[in-house]
Amino acid sequence: MSQVSVQDTVLTGIPGEPRLIGGKCPDCDNHVFPMQKDCPKCTGDQIEKVELSTKGILWTWTIQGFPPKAPPYIGETDPENFEAYGVGYVELPGEVKVEARLTENDPTRLRVGMEMELTVVPLAIDEEGNEVVTFAFRPTENN
Amino acid sequence: MHDVAIVGIGMHEFGRHDGVSGMDQGVVAVRRALADAGTQWEDLEFAFGGSKDAGSPDTMVSRLGLTGLQFINVHNGCATGGSALISSYNAIRSGTFEIGIALGFDKHERGAFRVRTRGDNLEWYGESGMALTTQFFGMKINRYMHDYGITQNTLAKVSTKAFRNGALNPMAWRRKPFSEEEVLESTMLSYPLTQYMFCSPGEGGVALVLVRADKAKEYTDSPVYLKSCVVKSRRFGSFEVFSPHLANEFSEGPTVDASKAAFEMAGIGPEEIDIAQLQDTESGAEVMHMAENGFCEHGEQESMIQNGETEIDGKFPVNTDGGCLANGEPIGASGLRQVYENVLQLRGDAGERQVPGDPCTAYTHVYGAPGISGVTILSR
Repeated sequence: MSQVSVQDTVLTGIPGEPRLIGGKCPDCDNHVFPMQKDCPKCTGDQIEKVELSTKGILWTWTIQGFPPKAPPYIGETDPENFEAYGVGYVELPGEVKVEARLTENDPTRLRVGMEMELTVVPLAIDEEGNEVVTFAFRPTENN
Repeated sequence: MHDVAIVGIGMHEFGRHDGVSGMDQGVVAVRRALADAGTQWEDLEFAFGGSKDAGSPDTMVSRLGLTGLQFINVHNGCATGGSALISSYNAIRSGTFEIGIALGFDKHERGAFRVRTRGDNLEWYGESGMALTTQFFGMKINRYMHDYGITQNTLAKVSTKAFRNGALNPMAWRRKPFSEEEVLESTMLSYPLTQYMFCSPGEGGVALVLVRADKAKEYTDSPVYLKSCVVKSRRFGSFEVFSPHLANEFSEGPTVDASKAAFEMAGIGPEEIDIAQLQDTESGAEVMHMAENGFCEHGEQESMIQNGETEIDGKFPVNTDGGCLANGEPIGASGLRQVYENVLQLRGDAGERQVPGDPCTAYTHVYGAPGISGVTILSR
């Protein structure tokens, strides 16, 4: 089964080396995610596409304990099979904080300030039989 | 510039009302507000009305009277009610009109708000399971607890206070008190927040009749004056709901900005406020909003709440009608509910939940997507 990105203009390099596509403002160096032309910091409109860093620090987090409504969610929504999942903001140094799924869903194994790295988690199987994945961060071995 | 007074208030019970439309509830609230002010629909010169999910408010003229008044619909996220009020306030303050009504009603489907991310290049955000308001609240209070030492027991105490106050409020939805254990042991929805720490989308309606202050005594012996009314959107660097990214640099959110502007406009400070209704979408929000609105330093809430200072008979009563936690959140009506409660309290008409000591000043605060805040200051 091959993997496809939930949105290849946001999450690229699937399958293989996942990267997040953000933007950087040439006028004020502000970073955005996902990519947008307009800069909310300096009000410019010339933001350029960049690949964001794959490593960062966990800034805050929560655990999604109930199935989100579908639509828009395309993952498991059957309460019998739903598994809680982590969500957090990961601060990419010198760039931006990105909101992302976390691979960890146990509150005792998450803490503000942990080192994290980019990976993917499966969401669903599409009509062609591909595994649709979205981006996620996992704790690195340094923690 | 003219001063503005509230001379009539009306509310339709909050909760779940099968077979009663959101519009029905709005119409009831308007009729009750008109009766309270001792005036008629045909006397109104304008209306500003808000509803997110229950239809266009201006169509209620076909039920209340086709009088030709200026009726403008307001749609501004969780600050919809606050925005209807500020629009009404400015319409009178400017001298354009002498009398009008601010109203809001709503009726939402059960469960957490469904967020539609189609058509704005954020389909992937909803598809990936991140477009939930509940996650934002969990993440904001989790970081705040880490930074300022707020405990989960304090979050539970906010909820038990809300349901206790709600039990004293005949208009509230949730009227059954819960113990701290029951709150803490209810389903964990978005760590560290459990089910009984969250409010639910609900139903209800509120309307307020406003007049130019020099006309107020023609309608009532107990007018309540709007000393300030402010709505602010977010600035760069603030931490808001539905943000796929946040800037690494930090700035205060719209609540801090709206609060500062409102105090400046009223010419008083936080220490002069007797009671406050603060957005408590979940119990952590009430804790954080106490500091963001200037009523304490960050972290001081822990001892204030543990010592009962925010109870009805405490030094600084907060959410005396049970707040969003006990009333639910019909978006169009929610901010106006807070003002309704403050008017009752300032009139001395709040019954079993009346704050003692004849409160003179009262404060309301709403916050919501996508980073918007509304504040009012009222006085007798």
